[in-house]
Amino acid sequence: MNATTGFELGILSVYVFILAGFLGLELVRRVSPLLHTPLMSLTNAISAISVVGAIMVAGNKQAPQLSHILGYIAIVMATINIVSGFLITDRMLKMFRKKEPAKGKQA
Amino acid sequence: MENFWQYSYLFAAVTIILSIKWLNSPATARRGVLAGEIGMLFAVAGTLVHFDVLTVWQIWVAFLIGTAVGVPLAYLMPMTAVPQLTALSHAFGTFAAGLVGAAEYYKDLNNPPTGFTMVALAVEVLLGFLTFTASIMAFGKLQELVPTRPVTYKGQNFVNLSLLVFAIVLGVWLCVAPAPFWVFPTFIGMALIFGVLLIIPIGGGDMPTVIALLNSYAGMSAAAMGFALDNKMLIIAGALNAASGFILSVIMCKAMNRSFTNVLFGAFGQVQASTAAQAQHRPVHSATAEDAAEILASARKVIIVPGYGMAVAQAQHKVRELSDQLTKRGVDVQFAIHPVAGRMPGHMNVLLAEADIPYDRLHEMEEINGEFSEADVALVIGANDVVNPAARTDTNSPIYGMPILDVDKAHTVMVIKRSMNPGFAGIDNELYYMDHTLMLFGDAKSFVGEIVKELPALVHA
Repeated sequence: MNATTGFELGILSVYVFILAGFLGLELVRRVSPLLHTPLMSLTNAISAISVVGAIMVAGNKQAPQLSHILGYIAIVMATINIVSGFLITDRMLKMFRKKEPAKGKQA
Repeated sequence: MENFWQYSYLFAAVTIILSIKWLNSPATARRGVLAGEIGMLFAVAGTLVHFDVLTVWQIWVAFLIGTAVGVPLAYLMPMTAVPQLTALSHAFGTFAAGLVGAAEYYKDLNNPPTGFTMVALAVEVLLGFLTFTASIMAFGKLQELVPTRPVTYKGQNFVNLSLLVFAIVLGVWLCVAPAPFWVFPTFIGMALIFGVLLIIPIGGGDMPTVIALLNSYAGMSAAAMGFALDNKMLIIAGALNAASGFILSVIMCKAMNRSFTNVLFGAFGQVQASTAAQAQHRPVHSATAEDAAEILASARKVIIVPGYGMAVAQAQHKVRELSDQLTKRGVDVQFAIHPVAGRMPGHMNVLLAEADIPYDRLHEMEEINGEFSEADVALVIGANDVVNPAARTDTNSPIYGMPILDVDKAHTVMVIKRSMNPGFAGIDNELYYMDHTLMLFGDAKSFVGEIVKELPALVHA
């Protein structure tokens, strides 16, 4: 890969980063304070998207053993984050309801 | 099928965006979680296929171990422990990000990464490891394994900043020139130490801001990994996350009328030591559960203000019983929630939801502050600084200017509190000495329980 394309790829990534960042600001600004804890816990789970990098490292056949081992440990760690993050978010959201108990309707 | 991973990543990016979008209302929030899970699944599936690692059994074992730890973690923790759990879960994820960065760096020892890739890797490793130890420390503070009070010493900010500068210098070195072997491990070490030092001076009450900020760092770290690996999906997910954590911490800072630097470097607890020392023993009006029940029963409108004390005492279910009893008697019961009440953003909402209190009874500060003057009783349960009128009046108070719930405007104020000890910030609360304030001393859970027991005996007012 020559320098120009490398640079262009990098710039493209910066565009993506900035746009996604602004999108995130707009989306989260709209979340009611009622749901701030579930939001934190959901984004906490999503931040473990780094599991993708962990798989790449662990599965890279050219890499030395050290990288593989670090990669496996990283997969375990990221998976704990993902699983606990999503499950606790859902557990919380199940509890939120609007109507009085008599109606028994889930929001 | 060759491009399966491309579509898979694209789909993952879209579902993750939708996931956060749907979380903006309780009606669609659970769909949001599902979307997030599907997105994650596609991200992982695409990666497994693209790098042709479906047959690497160690990866599957790693998934299994992670799931085996993650599931019980999510189901066994009580709802009051959600802030700790989030911090802990966070520690795992950011540790993973740091490790991936390290693994990438050591991929080819003779040929370490350079230029743009190395910058991204350095950011990823720095943020990953510092957030790891910071999250562990936050977990320790929230679980009260380490002192929740801010720990400060002379020259603390100087030490912290020099450490950070040193780490950054090492990072720059790694990026601009081939560095000796010791540089990278030292860089990691600095990040780990800085994470610990960053949290030590932060008090329990500032945790909502800090947890949100750590969330933002984790997102930044994931996005940096996306730059290093040239993976747009990682960049999108990471940026969303970083933005989300950032805006939440800004909201929390505003709710305390403080700046970022003040939260991170202000060592809040220290300032008040002098103020607290001046507090004399002044007379307060205290009352029994029976008195409290009588006043509540004859009220028309009651506003309940929960705080961290309610979480500690696990009093939310008793509070629900009280609210039900009063509602049955025709009393209008509402809840007022300060943005920084508790130990993480929205903490109180989750606890009250757990106790089955409908969320349309929970009101934000701006929404309900005007109603206190019409309320017969404001019942404060385990909240302190967020109802301290000094924030409005006393320019010398460290919390001056912080928006508070105007409970003192209610006809009668009742405060359930374990003792007269000041809150985490150590600030004396003027509210407790007011003529229309009744102090109810005791554990929040048992005291509310006693009030509930007294209520049926009372004739309808």
